Amino acid sequence: MENQKQRQAAYLRRSLFDQGYIDDQFIHLEELQDDANPNFVEEVVNLFYTDSARLIRNIELALENGPYDFTRLDNMMYQFKGSSSSIGARRVKRQCCQFQEYCNAKNIEGCKNTFQGVKQEYNTLKTKLEAYFQMAREGSHYV
Amino acid sequence: MAGDYSLSGAQELHVLAVDDSHVDRKVIERLLKISCCKVTAVESGRMALQYLGFDGEKSSLGIDELKVNLIMTDYSMPGMTGYELLKKIKGSSTLSKIPVVIMSSEKILARIDRCLEEGAKEFLQKPVKLSDVKRLKDFILRGENDNKETEEMKQVSCPRKRKLQDCSSSPKCSSTPLLKHSLLKHPKIA
Repeated sequence: MENQKQRQAAYLRRSLFDQGYIDDQFIHLEELQDDANPNFVEEVVNLFYTDSARLIRNIELALENGPYDFTRLDNMMYQFKGSSSSIGARRVKRQCCQFQEYCNAKNIEGCKNTFQGVKQEYNTLKTKLEAYFQMAREGSHYV
Repeated sequence: MAGDYSLSGAQELHVLAVDDSHVDRKVIERLLKISCCKVTAVESGRMALQYLGFDGEKSSLGIDELKVNLIMTDYSMPGMTGYELLKKIKGSSTLSKIPVVIMSSEKILARIDRCLEEGAKEFLQKPVKLSDVKRLKDFILRGENDNKETEEMKQVSCPRKRKLQDCSSSPKCSSTPLLKHSLLKHPKIA
């Protein structure tokens, strides 16, 4: 029996897909959940936040001053792109790809500008996912 | 059944997963557990070799507990890449028989070719799916049972045909199931 919060959670989830924030990989993760592991997706996403915070910080530091090590920047972004892809963070991943293109072109301004986009997408996704998981959790307490 | 160390469908495969990404380790661990595999997940090639007892390093576990039936490793890792780990394993007299699967988010043909040539059983694109793991498990189990059959054949006459490509368990099975998701049909593997 669905309650208000469950409906809201479903709505939040639906719009995350519709607006392209997450893709099918997120569904693949949901399929790995069961009664014994009901919070698997949220646990993976929390790991993603931890990893991302570290990578974002390191990339930020690397972008502060020259000389710029484009190989290192590319490697760090490759890692971030990888974990974004693993949770289905579609928009974040796209920004990561753009950043890597600027690395290849050794275009530091392009990198810096795109990195703002990466952070923006990441923060938006994090906010939306946190709201979704919160709502889903509250909804499940009534079950 | 005392003394039966063979792998049957009921027995668990022990998979060693190697990936520097915390997120990916957690996901592959879950995929393998759902597929009824025992999992040991490590974050680097160096730790993988240490676990396997490479270079005569004594593992704290007994031989039977340690026995790894499959190694799944990420390609791009700091320090030792998955390719370098593959080479070390295939170059080791004690470990070379363990099948190694490489995982990568990048579909670079030269990379795939290099890994398959070095003896990788398969090259999986990330993110790895449950269907990939299930397919892999079936393949490994068949391989292990074939090995056991070889031993048995020496003693008893076996009515079953050997080396039968039994794909009845997999609806998506084609003539080269392992290479279905690889971009290269490598002549040495087929």
